[in-house]
Amino acid sequence: MTNWEAVIGIETHVELQTKSKMFCGCAVNFNAEPNTTICPVCLALPGALPVPNREAIEGILSIGAAFGCRLVEDSLFHRKNYFYPDLPKNYQISQYDVPLCVDGNLDIDVDGEAVSIGITRVHMEEDTGKSVHGSETGRIHDADFSLLDFNRAGVPLVEIVSEPDIRSPEQAREYAAELQRVVRSLGVSDVRLEEGSVRFDANISVRPEGQAEFGTRAEVKNMNSLRSLQRAVAYEIQRQIGVIEGGGKIVQETRHWDENIGKTSGMRSKEESEDYRYFQEPDLVPLHVNDEWRQRVFDALPELPAARRRRLMDAGVDRQAASTMVEAGDLADLFDTAVGVGADAKLTANWLSGEVVAYLRRNEIGLADTSLAPEHLKELAGMVSDGSLSSTAAKDVLSYVMAGEGNPGDVATAHDLIQISDEGALDAEVDKVLAENPDVLERLSEGDMKPIGFLVGQVMKATRGKADPKLVSELIRGKAQGS
Amino acid sequence: MTDLADFSIADAGAGLRSGAFSATELTNAVIHRAAVTEAHLHAYLTLDQDRARQAAIRADAAFAAGEDHGPLQGIPLAVKDNMSTRGMETTAGSKILAGYVPPYNATVVDKLEADHAVILGKTNLDEFAMGSSTENSAYGPTRNPWDTDRVPGGSSGGSAAAVSVGSALAALGSDTGGSIRQPASLCGLVGVKPTYGVVSRYGLIAFASSLDQIGPFARNVRDAATVLESVAGFDIRDATSYRGSTPDISGLLDSGVKGMRVGIVSELSGAGIDTEVQASCRRMYDALADAGAELVDVSLPATEYALSAYYLIAPAEASANLARFDGVRYGLRVDGETTEEMMAATRAEGFGPEVTRRILLGTYALSAGYYDAFYGQAQKVRTLLRNEFAEAYEKVDVLVSPTSPTTAFEIGEKTADPLSMYFADVCTIASNLAGDPSGSVPIDLDASGLPIGFQIMAPALHEAQLFRVAAEVERLAGFTRRPALATSEVKPA
Repeated sequence: MTNWEAVIGIETHVELQTKSKMFCGCAVNFNAEPNTTICPVCLALPGALPVPNREAIEGILSIGAAFGCRLVEDSLFHRKNYFYPDLPKNYQISQYDVPLCVDGNLDIDVDGEAVSIGITRVHMEEDTGKSVHGSETGRIHDADFSLLDFNRAGVPLVEIVSEPDIRSPEQAREYAAELQRVVRSLGVSDVRLEEGSVRFDANISVRPEGQAEFGTRAEVKNMNSLRSLQRAVAYEIQRQIGVIEGGGKIVQETRHWDENIGKTSGMRSKEESEDYRYFQEPDLVPLHVNDEWRQRVFDALPELPAARRRRLMDAGVDRQAASTMVEAGDLADLFDTAVGVGADAKLTANWLSGEVVAYLRRNEIGLADTSLAPEHLKELAGMVSDGSLSSTAAKDVLSYVMAGEGNPGDVATAHDLIQISDEGALDAEVDKVLAENPDVLERLSEGDMKPIGFLVGQVMKATRGKADPKLVSELIRGKAQGS
Repeated sequence: MTDLADFSIADAGAGLRSGAFSATELTNAVIHRAAVTEAHLHAYLTLDQDRARQAAIRADAAFAAGEDHGPLQGIPLAVKDNMSTRGMETTAGSKILAGYVPPYNATVVDKLEADHAVILGKTNLDEFAMGSSTENSAYGPTRNPWDTDRVPGGSSGGSAAAVSVGSALAALGSDTGGSIRQPASLCGLVGVKPTYGVVSRYGLIAFASSLDQIGPFARNVRDAATVLESVAGFDIRDATSYRGSTPDISGLLDSGVKGMRVGIVSELSGAGIDTEVQASCRRMYDALADAGAELVDVSLPATEYALSAYYLIAPAEASANLARFDGVRYGLRVDGETTEEMMAATRAEGFGPEVTRRILLGTYALSAGYYDAFYGQAQKVRTLLRNEFAEAYEKVDVLVSPTSPTTAFEIGEKTADPLSMYFADVCTIASNLAGDPSGSVPIDLDASGLPIGFQIMAPALHEAQLFRVAAEVERLAGFTRRPALATSEVKPA
């Protein structure tokens, strides 16, 4: 029986969140009414000409730099020719043989195994408009009419092409996830799959383990979540193995992933697909990026997610908490400032990756919507370490602080959550509880320590949760032994 | 008294400023000339009298208020119908754009309007500027004012005919392979294709983006310089626009040619050139020598391949440039069962045979497996040609040749044979491939009374040298003839 190896390369399209479109001054606004952010250029009126957007070029250069690519000094724009109603010029301005960024890589970690995925190229292109088909299914085949919205036409798109270095659905997913984190950390796109600001297409083939040459590949499209990317890749690998083992041949084609039925289906055969007749765009001159500009791009790179996770873990944060905070970005930012003003790293990390994340999810809000400040975390951590707040109460206090009730000290007092750590004050409460439960006390005296939890609970109840449970437990033990 | 329609821009400007006549009177005289001649020529696709008169009134008001916006204020001009004019139909001579009214102005139109020029309307052209006779217009041919059985040249034949006959004082054309210079030659006018990038292409309906350049038609060299000075300059909306300061154009008009080295291009002076044209040009070479120029024989072997290279590069770019005409957003739409069928039907119906031929040629030249042999090879010729020109300009200041291998030919004479039509641009195409400035100046009439043009080519951004020699050629030729149609009283049709 043959062992099959999957070979996967991923093409990623990222929509840049620039102020204006790639080749004209129209606003990039995905919430605008249809056909309101358009002009002669992005509508391809006769005579209109493209002019490259510097902000978009800066964006793609920073993406390329983040992957450690070489930034090409004089890259070229080409026309990719094909007819489609939502492509106003019926050619897309793209890059072909001399793209802006080449030869990078993205390191990923799947279940503790580190893999470096090569990045072949990162290039600039423009998005198309959107077609809305007037049919039940929303697909073109059975539509009576189609409507076109050109707001998206000409929005800057970055295409990131990986080497076929990916070997499993899990790696594919992690590659996509890490790519999203990297791009997000650059602040050039929010890379949301659901909203289409990032799209992943997977080129998949299989070959017998040990074989050097690649099998025939299929390109799978239409995955709208990381989970569906992983599922689609897994399905397609199994499908191809099934076809080959059944004596069939893989056809080079584009396949459409259907999330509902969990299958891919053929769209059109690549062999009969168009010849794009690429040629250098005569309306644009080569894009010159000089040494100084390239240096500036590298200098301006923020700390990337992998480096940040490593730094947090070096500071004592566990892997899970570090990943969670870095994933969100703003949580890691808050962590850094809080620790910077003196908050305890571990406590802060646990709160941010635990209670805070849960609070945000529960209330369906973002960190910026809360009142949580770095100083709050420092104060809160201080109260826990000096025993004036139990770790349970600290979580409640955190919620009140996020809700805007004030700083931790005031909130804890207002909600009467300050822990009673004073032995004298607790002594009486303990005595009272022991007096009320002489049978339990007797069992303890005989060495059966099981009911101690019950007694601690009684004291906590009597103090309405404010007693330091550790101290209460110690006091009970002392009294039981002494009795 | 001379009819106002026959005034030069310089003389008209003086008259407007002295109060001898108003811009409105000048505009009316030109509109009257058009009313008399249009039935014979069909120079215009759109002649917007109301808009022109409004513009004249504005120019007059500015004069009255003491404002002077430069030498084009109040001057009635025509614009080739492949330049976008806000609110005025712009068809590029194609059925596929019938009824298309642009919402924006080409940069050149904005500049003319900023200078308070009076835009009369839009002139006829070969469909999408593809042709050398204006017979490829979907709206019927334009005729040559010197002989209405003959073509005015092309593709900017409408602009040439209008300026020649006096239904505009000057006009804008576009030149991709000779489309300004060849009709200028055939209509007895000065026509200039500036250095690529000197005039913005924004709003010029593209034929071949790397070759297209807008330039002036005028009845004398100074007027041509005046119009070019108005429309030249860097434009942020055209990425191929020249970023440096606009080159000097008219600074050397009166400098003469004494001491200048004038190169005669041997490949463009012999075989294939009509003997009368050759003889006239030779007389001009001698006159230039007498005026103090040093004549140098120059060989540019790559020009032999220029026509072939051009007919790969231009159609290749055109095949993509014209892809946007698909019936989806504007212009003609012919219904079909599917979107693809609608697009195909629209294009089949909307494009004429020459445009279709070039789209097919260009699509083929760019196709996988053919690219290297055709488009790639043509680009190499282009590079070779540029190098040869650059080398030549180390030895000479300008290059000269006939503009057109023949004088105006008869309507219908070449329509059946595309290759013979393509050959009409044999002398002009090299300057487009090189990106250099080039102009045509009328020097003579042939035995049939048809104008002969003399071509002057200069290095990139050396417009001043080009105009300097052009002005001297104009003086030496003493060509002041006008077509009969402009001078005789022709009855309105």
